[in-house]
Amino acid sequence: MRRLRGKLAPYLLSLPSWVYLIVFFIIPLASMLGMALAVGDPLSGYTISDNFQEFVTGFTSYEDAFARSFWYGTASTVITLAVAYPVAYWIAFYGGRHKSTYLFLIMLPFFVSFVIRVLAWEFILSDQGFVLGPLKAIGLLPQNFHVLSTQWAVIGGLVYNSFAYYVLPLYVVLEKIDRRLVRAANDLYASPSTAFMKIILPLSAPGVFAGFLLVFVTNVGDFVNAALLGGPGTYMIGNIIQDSFFENQDYPMAAALSSILMLMLMIAILLYSKAFGTEAIQEYAA
Amino acid sequence: MNAAPSNRHDVRLENVTKQFGSWTAVDDISLTIKGGEFFSLLGPSGCGKSTTLSMIGGFESPSAGAIHLGGEDVSRQPSYKRDVNTVFQSYALFPHLNIFENVAFGLRRKGLAKAEIRTRVQEMLALVDLTGFAERKPGQLSGGQAQRVALARALVNKPKLLLLDEPLGALDLKLRKQMQIELKRIQNEIGITFLFVTHDQEEAMAMSDRLAVMSKGKIEQVGTPAEVYDHPATEFVASFLGASNLIPGEMVERSADDVTVKLEDGALVKLPARALAGSNSANVKIGVRPEKFLVLAPGESEEPGWNVIEAVAGVSVYLGVSRQYMMESRTGRPLSVYAQNLGRAGELAPGANVRLAWNPAHTFAVAANHTQPEGEYT
Repeated sequence: MRRLRGKLAPYLLSLPSWVYLIVFFIIPLASMLGMALAVGDPLSGYTISDNFQEFVTGFTSYEDAFARSFWYGTASTVITLAVAYPVAYWIAFYGGRHKSTYLFLIMLPFFVSFVIRVLAWEFILSDQGFVLGPLKAIGLLPQNFHVLSTQWAVIGGLVYNSFAYYVLPLYVVLEKIDRRLVRAANDLYASPSTAFMKIILPLSAPGVFAGFLLVFVTNVGDFVNAALLGGPGTYMIGNIIQDSFFENQDYPMAAALSSILMLMLMIAILLYSKAFGTEAIQEYAA
Repeated sequence: MNAAPSNRHDVRLENVTKQFGSWTAVDDISLTIKGGEFFSLLGPSGCGKSTTLSMIGGFESPSAGAIHLGGEDVSRQPSYKRDVNTVFQSYALFPHLNIFENVAFGLRRKGLAKAEIRTRVQEMLALVDLTGFAERKPGQLSGGQAQRVALARALVNKPKLLLLDEPLGALDLKLRKQMQIELKRIQNEIGITFLFVTHDQEEAMAMSDRLAVMSKGKIEQVGTPAEVYDHPATEFVASFLGASNLIPGEMVERSADDVTVKLEDGALVKLPARALAGSNSANVKIGVRPEKFLVLAPGESEEPGWNVIEAVAGVSVYLGVSRQYMMESRTGRPLSVYAQNLGRAGELAPGANVRLAWNPAHTFAVAANHTQPEGEYT
C-alpha cells in the first residue's frame, strides 16, 4: 500500500495541473474543432459531422484578412523589436541602481486596461484631436490627413501594446551577459560595433527569439487595435472571428477560422524556429 | 609555433597617473619593461596594479602621462587597435563560441585568410596542450583548461605584449603550480613580453625575470626577485615580500664599506654601506630575513665578523624543512626565526635565552620613518 502510494505520488501531485489543462485547454480545443465541423444553428442546436466546408469557405473568403493579420503581426513584431532592444540594452547596461525603477515605468501603463489604452490612442490620433488638429490649423498638414483607419495606426497600436512584452525577455538575457566579454572582444581587436554584433547580439538571441514568439502570436490574433484604431480596410482575422461569433452567430465559421489561424501560427512558428533557432543564430555569429 | 625573437618591444610608462574622481589609483609611475621579459606587477589589492594593466591594455586611458609600446605612444589608442592582448582573471571566454572560434576570434577580426587562421589556431591549441578540444564549448572545460584557452586566445595574435591579470587566481594550489611552470615554458618558447599582475608574492618571485612592487598607486621598488627580496628598498617591500624582522636603530659609524648601527637594545651590528645607499638619516631600521638567522648553541661563538643579538625563544612550529620560532628581542620586539633542519639541535624550550647570529651581508636597511604597510599583508 505504502509502496503503491509512493509510486503514485508524482501523478497525484501533478493531478491539479492535469485537471486544469483538461478542463481549460483540451476540452475547449476539442469542442472548438468539433464546432468547426458541426452543422446546425443556434436555435435548433448543432450536430458534429464530417463537414469540412467551413474550413474551405473560411479560408477562401477571408484570405486577405489572414494575409493582413500576418503582415500586421510581422511588421509590428519587427518594429517592436527595433524599439524595445535599445531600451532593454540601455536599462541592462546603463540602468545602474535604477534598473527596477525603469522596468517599473515601462510596466506602468499596463496597469491600465488594454481597451482603455487603445481608446486613449484613438483619442490622441483622432482626425481633429490635439495632435493632428493644431498641425492642420497652422497648415502643416492637409485637412484630409488622417492617421486612424490606416494600417499604420493598427500596427502602431500593436507595437505600443507589445512593447513591454518584448522589453522584458530582452532585458532578462541582456542583464545576464558578462560585461567582461565585451572587454575581451575589444582586447581581441573587435571595435565596439563588432563586439556588439559578435558577442552581445548572439548572446541575446534567446531573448530576441522568445520575445518574437510572444509578441508575434499575440499580435496576429489581435482584434482590439484593428477595431478601435483601424477602419474597414484594416480588418484582421481576429475581427472576422469576433464578428462571426457575436454579430453573425455563425459559430461553426468562427471555430473554423480560429482553427485555421491556430494551424497557420503553428506552421509559422515551426518555420521560424527552423530558420532562426538560437543554435542557428549562434553558429552564424562565429 | 616559431620562436619570434625579433618580436621584442619595450614597454615604457612615463609619469602615468590615473584618477577616478578624487581617488588616485595610480600615482605618477614610470617604468620600463624590456622586450621579451617576464615582468610582474606585485602588490596588495587596491595598490593600482590592475588599473595600470587596464591602461596598458587600453581599457582605461591615463589621466596624465604616456604609455609607449615599442617606441610608439599608444596612450590614446583604444584597446581594439592596440597590439596587446590580455588573459583575464575571469578568462572571459565567449560562451556561445567553441574553443576553435574563441581562439580564432582575434585573427578573424584582423581579416586573416581562413587557411592561415586554421593553421595558427591548431598550432596554438597544440602549444597549450588542447588539441582535440576545438569543437568543445567553454562550458565543457575545467578551470585549468579554460585558463589555457584564454592564454591561447591571446597568444595566437602574436601581440607585442601579453597582459596577464591574476590569471591563476581561480585555480587550486596544485594546478596553479603546474600552470606557473607551463606559463614560463610557453613564454620561453615564444619570446613575447609578459606583464603579469598578481598579489601573490611567491608566484611573482617564482615566475618573473623582474618585478615591481606597488603600494597605494606608487611603485615601491623594481628589480629581480633576488634584489627585491634580499635588498628591499622600503619597509613595505620588506614586509610584503616574505617575512622580515625589522629592528629600529641609530647609525653610529659609517665607513666606505660598512655602517655600524646601534640597535634599540644597545647591540652594535654591522651592515654593508650599500644597504644604506641613499639614506642620510641617522635613524634606520635594519632588517634580517628569518631564515638568515643562525641560532647559536649555548657557549657556541659566532663566526668572526658576524652580527649577534640576544633573544628569548617562544613557541615554535615544526615544518619539516625548518622549525619556525616566535622569539622576542631583549626589548620585547617579536622576532621570527627559521632554524633550518640540519639536525644541529633539538627544539628550544620556550623561555630559553639564545643568541642569534647572521652574516652582515644579509642585512638590509630601510628608512625608519616609512609608513607601515596594512596589517593584513604583513
